Amino acid sequence: MNYLDMDLLRFTTAGSVDDGKSTLIGRLLYDSKSIFEDQLEAVEASSKKRGDEYTNLALLTDGLSAEREQGITIDVAYRYFSTPKRKFIIADTPGHIQYTRNMVTGASTANLAIILVDARNGVAEQTKRHSFIANLLGIKHIALCVNKMDLVEYKKEVFEKIVDDYRAFSSKLDVPDIHYIPISALFGDNVVNKSEKMDWYQGATLMHTLENVQISSDHNHVDSRFPVQYVLRPQSLEHPDYRGYAGRIAGGIFKPGDEVMVLPSGLTSKISSIDQAGEQVSEAFAPMSVSINLEDDLDISRGDMLVKPDNQPHVGQDIDLMICWLNPKKLALNGKYGLRHTSREARCVIKEVKYKVDINTLHRNEESLEIGMNDIGRIKIRTTVPLCYDRYSRNRITGSVILVDEFTHETVGAGMIL
Amino acid sequence: MYYALRHLDELESEAIFIMRETAAQFQKPVLLFSGGKDSIVMVHVALKAFWPAKIPFALMHVDTGHNFQETLDFRDQLVEKHGLELIIASVQQSIDEGKAVDEKGPYASRNTIQSITLLDGIEKHGFDAAFGGGRRDEEKARAKERFFSHRDEFGQWDPKNQRPELWNLFNGKKNIGEHFRIFPLSNWTEMDVWQYIAKEHIDIPNLYYSHKRKVFNRKGVWYAENEFMTRLDGEELVEKIVRFRTIGDMTCTGAVLSEASTLSEIVQEVASARITERGTRADDKRSEAAMEERKKQGYF
Repeated sequence: MNYLDMDLLRFTTAGSVDDGKSTLIGRLLYDSKSIFEDQLEAVEASSKKRGDEYTNLALLTDGLSAEREQGITIDVAYRYFSTPKRKFIIADTPGHIQYTRNMVTGASTANLAIILVDARNGVAEQTKRHSFIANLLGIKHIALCVNKMDLVEYKKEVFEKIVDDYRAFSSKLDVPDIHYIPISALFGDNVVNKSEKMDWYQGATLMHTLENVQISSDHNHVDSRFPVQYVLRPQSLEHPDYRGYAGRIAGGIFKPGDEVMVLPSGLTSKISSIDQAGEQVSEAFAPMSVSINLEDDLDISRGDMLVKPDNQPHVGQDIDLMICWLNPKKLALNGKYGLRHTSREARCVIKEVKYKVDINTLHRNEESLEIGMNDIGRIKIRTTVPLCYDRYSRNRITGSVILVDEFTHETVGAGMIL
Repeated sequence: MYYALRHLDELESEAIFIMRETAAQFQKPVLLFSGGKDSIVMVHVALKAFWPAKIPFALMHVDTGHNFQETLDFRDQLVEKHGLELIIASVQQSIDEGKAVDEKGPYASRNTIQSITLLDGIEKHGFDAAFGGGRRDEEKARAKERFFSHRDEFGQWDPKNQRPELWNLFNGKKNIGEHFRIFPLSNWTEMDVWQYIAKEHIDIPNLYYSHKRKVFNRKGVWYAENEFMTRLDGEELVEKIVRFRTIGDMTCTGAVLSEASTLSEIVQEVASARITERGTRADDKRSEAAMEERKKQGYF
């Protein structure tokens, strides 16, 4: 196994307990040999103690004692497994409580979403809700897994009907890459191993799909964006004049010799070198953490952004957002909040709530404009300082903000710039 | 040119991002250094994150007094080599001052009471953020941890009421007296850590490599001969070829019988291991929620 040549795929799983989500994750972990004996023993012991008839693989993902006691999942749990091709990070989001808040959190860093459909029920309201959230969060790959095929006698027609229904619905979404896979998580059909009972299905298994989805273009490599995170000034004997702008590339490609513009000041200079921990690199792209040195001494600090003069982001203080509310205290119209955007900290005021999305019907509700916990809506804010931003659909890093309660300091809102 | 990072590069980039973000958002961070491989990797990443400047925070070692001598020697060499600042918070001192009480009996461990010393050290020095090497794959309570994990004025973790963490926007806002635990290696697995150590040629204590040692067996766990544990009847000392998968106190870290004496052999061994690394840790075996309970009290 050449581990130096593996890449990383982050995915989120959507579906309620009844859809067999935990069984599916258990199956992926088990069949990829990522469950250890002591973990399995602990789960077997807990299952017995709870009086479960079978070894409940869901207990593997329940981390907190309250979760085990109540048999529910409260919070996003992260699971890890790898195959010789890829390392995987699963953001496993609970099905019942605070569903939207948790799925939005899990989806915000995911490349792919697995959406589970019960073969007996077909495309349900919650399938649409999960897909809407995945789409809203800019996920470009969906694996629509039609589960429990064993309960519909592995019939091709059942699968095809669901695929047709989902195609009709998803044409309204902006997800370019959707994979349809008939599976039985319980018996392992088409999860890791190809099903012998569905020879009519010519496509890839779920594992094969996860291993081969093309994710290199998930990052924006077109619009060069470098939020300055930290300024490195050693002022040591060895490096008396070193002034490096440290940060993580948020988009595009930077090379030594490139002309860059500093925002919001508008000053320009040229990149003299790019360092990655003591080594100079010939180019840097997202999501590399580097330090950029410029030819001129400019006044640049955390919160500023380096871009290319011929490709600039929007700069402004009046911004339209889709907001997902994460806190029991409702969003306050005309209320003021702390705001974080890339490495910039600011404050903002909520100027307008335009509509709320009914996440069951996906209709816009312009009558009831109260945005509470787990609600999604479109709002307009004004910020205390100009932000350098792109539309979220163009760049997830320069297009996202969080709102912070100024008294409790909690993260209360997740915003995607329109 | 193929614009994609390999998985170890992406994890390193993420950890560097977290460290720089912490240095920018907090007044006085500290890196909790145990002498184990995860904290050694953290130091390595920190050196990279701030090069060519010095690491803008100190290391703090919560010294239980039950350490392997090899760990302490390694710690001192590392600090010397990179010109780092080291603070030692002593559990023995907390006991002498009456703030903590040693457990009694053959199963006594200072694992739980070191939280007292840790919180004391954080308060005494006014640290507002403390880096820990905890990883989400280690233990089920840790799977729920945030990168930026809030601690109240008593150093407590409230796992049911954590701040949502989205994209790469980290919220380190807090009230006076509260602090954050920062976990830059959250998304790393044991395997990633070993692969990274091999890739970057990072020095680690010899304890991690196969060696001959006098050990005794208690409830299936091989413990190194040490002055802190009283052997019970039938717990005979025997010489074995062992190594350690994790390093904690001598009183709660078990050895594994292993011939792996190079990093590539260790990577192979980890790849074929059938039990988790914390399976050799007596501190986690006390109850199903042992880690969660300790973490709520302010543990690492």
